[in-house]
Amino acid sequence: MELSGAEILVQCLKDEGVEHLFGYPGGAVLHIYDELFKQDEVQHILVRHEQGAVHAADGYARATGKPGVALLTSGPGATNGVTGIATAYCDSIPMVVITGQVPTPFIGSDAFQEVDTLGITRPCVKHNFLVKDVRDLAETMKKAFYIATSGRPGPVVIDVPKDVTDPNIKIPHLYPKSIKMRSYNPVKRGHSGQVKKAVELILSAKRPVVYSGGGVVTGDGAAELTELVREMNLPITSTLMGLGGYPGTGKQFLGMLGMHGTYEANMAMHDCDVLIAIGARFDDRVTGKVKDFCPDAKIIHIDIDPASISKNVRVDIPIVGPVKRVLADMLNVVKAHKSRPNCEALEQWWSQLQQWRSVNCLKYNASSGRIKPQAAIEMLHKITGGDAIIASDVGQHQMWVAQYYPFDKPQHWLTSGGLGTMGFGLPAAMGAKVACPEKDVVCITGDGSIQMNIQELATCQHFNLPLKVMLLNNGYLGMVRQWQEFFYGSRYSEVTVEAQPDFVKLAQAYGHVGMRVEKPEDLEGALTEMMAIKDRLVFLDVVVDPGENVYPMIMAGKGHHEMQLSPDCELS
Amino acid sequence: MRHIISILMENEAGALSRVAGLFSARGYNIESLTVAPTEDPTLSRMTLVTCGNNEIIEQITKQLHKLIEVVKLADLSEGVHIEREMMLIKLLAKGSHREEVKRLVEIFRGNIIDVTDTSYIVEMTGTCDKLDAFIGAVHEDLILETVRTGPSGIARGTKGLSI
Repeated sequence: MELSGAEILVQCLKDEGVEHLFGYPGGAVLHIYDELFKQDEVQHILVRHEQGAVHAADGYARATGKPGVALLTSGPGATNGVTGIATAYCDSIPMVVITGQVPTPFIGSDAFQEVDTLGITRPCVKHNFLVKDVRDLAETMKKAFYIATSGRPGPVVIDVPKDVTDPNIKIPHLYPKSIKMRSYNPVKRGHSGQVKKAVELILSAKRPVVYSGGGVVTGDGAAELTELVREMNLPITSTLMGLGGYPGTGKQFLGMLGMHGTYEANMAMHDCDVLIAIGARFDDRVTGKVKDFCPDAKIIHIDIDPASISKNVRVDIPIVGPVKRVLADMLNVVKAHKSRPNCEALEQWWSQLQQWRSVNCLKYNASSGRIKPQAAIEMLHKITGGDAIIASDVGQHQMWVAQYYPFDKPQHWLTSGGLGTMGFGLPAAMGAKVACPEKDVVCITGDGSIQMNIQELATCQHFNLPLKVMLLNNGYLGMVRQWQEFFYGSRYSEVTVEAQPDFVKLAQAYGHVGMRVEKPEDLEGALTEMMAIKDRLVFLDVVVDPGENVYPMIMAGKGHHEMQLSPDCELS
Repeated sequence: MRHIISILMENEAGALSRVAGLFSARGYNIESLTVAPTEDPTLSRMTLVTCGNNEIIEQITKQLHKLIEVVKLADLSEGVHIEREMMLIKLLAKGSHREEVKRLVEIFRGNIIDVTDTSYIVEMTGTCDKLDAFIGAVHEDLILETVRTGPSGIARGTKGLSI
């Protein structure tokens, strides 16, 4: 069959099973859009800004595990997408971004809407391609999807010059069924000797703790992790990205660790004798002061990416491999071991952990007469039964969700962890709602973040995406204000969000339901009403206590054992 | 510590810039870098000289490995290996200096490959130290221009970097 480049591109999307495509048209991608017009297998979601398209594809991928796909035009279309690409890169999200490019004879001539997309995106993609010849297009598409979804996943950009999609140039088309690359062979399983060594070390540990990360979620290892943790009765903490990898309401779960982690999780990290890091990368927000990081621990590190191993912290037993497979192998070894030599020690360790738990580090004072943001999130958890997909933006509200909305399942928590991209939440929620129309999807956001991509409310109206937006409105860029309060003598420099729009009217102007709640006694009713409206987007402006801070906190340069607790909690 | 890393990579446009970009983005040093296609024109062989402690070198090799186009790499400094660098150096050669420079080139086993009535171009191959030594031995006023390739390296014995 002879096809043009544009036809091949769309056909490849179908062959990859792509059902939804987030994009924005423009000159360089006109041929592709003409092909999209002629078919209805791939549904195109027209966003209102290219950043929204990439975040939506990202949210789609996080909620499903399938690669998200975005289509952008050349020049500003591509540059607008860069923040979204970098966001996905930092969190290892599988994604394919197709960008238009000026026709090959014009490349390098500073043509209209020309940028060096390959050069600009190179540092924030897993890989990128410039297709210079239509005969390379199909194979490049195959490679892109393969690279994006295998090994440590990540975004792949395909830059397609306009002449490559010329409808008048037709070539025979055959989409390769599989692809082999001599330069790229992700590991399929961990080293069995290392697996055995790791299990033996855990079995002999007196004070073990599991530190689980986003790799467990993206690597589909949640079931295996849960079984292993229960089988061995191990205490487990999670990074921001790893939430949902182990049930947040599970009895072994200590809560999140790190800068705004729980007291019990961070103390466990500091005092443990064996640390089992799984699909995590020892980020600075997690380790605190590296010198004081797990001072007495032997460290096991399971990760698909060899470069993550011993990057920030030296480890004793590295296992390079897919977490799902490695954890399954570990389980087999554990089950073959009849004895549990460390039973007694483990019991003592658990009683120590209970003591730390009893500090109740997440306690807050709810008697101020204003809605506490923490209370709003707890209430949402109660009303949704913890079953909603939650997308967040970045800042205080993001930390509060991580602390007060226990995630029991993976792929229910969509947040920009590595890059910390404000404006991620709404488009990501949109992508998740497209992927999972039957699920409740809530974007929990702040009054700073929401305005960074608020134009996507129009997309939600256009495509009838009845997600929920819960705005924790404190009139501040809260996290920055908190740091200015703690470290800059309360000199609040440019953090007051003055001249806010009336969010209720704004939501209504976009065709949605807008609501506001200001009194604690009205909170439950408002949230119940919001969740009860199934067929429309509801934007709930929750006016919260503006002075609330995120506690507990490890201040810069401190170790896990030096947490600053909230003035409201037991110890202080 | 100085390390010499040999990389076998797909001979594709942009591959070199990925390596260079990696080093600048992560703040690693590149002392020199030389690259050309191998006997198999689909592959390029790169020799890269860098420095850093063991942790940094470990990260550099892992990060290089992560680049999709890198097929294989080896830290040659880990074993016995041979390094050679080529230099073209243009020297002022007038009057009594003509004979003196010629003698020096012979001592260093270089070749004079271009002669004018006032200058020589000398071709010299060797380790970096040898080329440095030659430059040190020539009076600095005589040096008109220097161009060096940076070292290429290869491991000794039958074992090598191939696919």
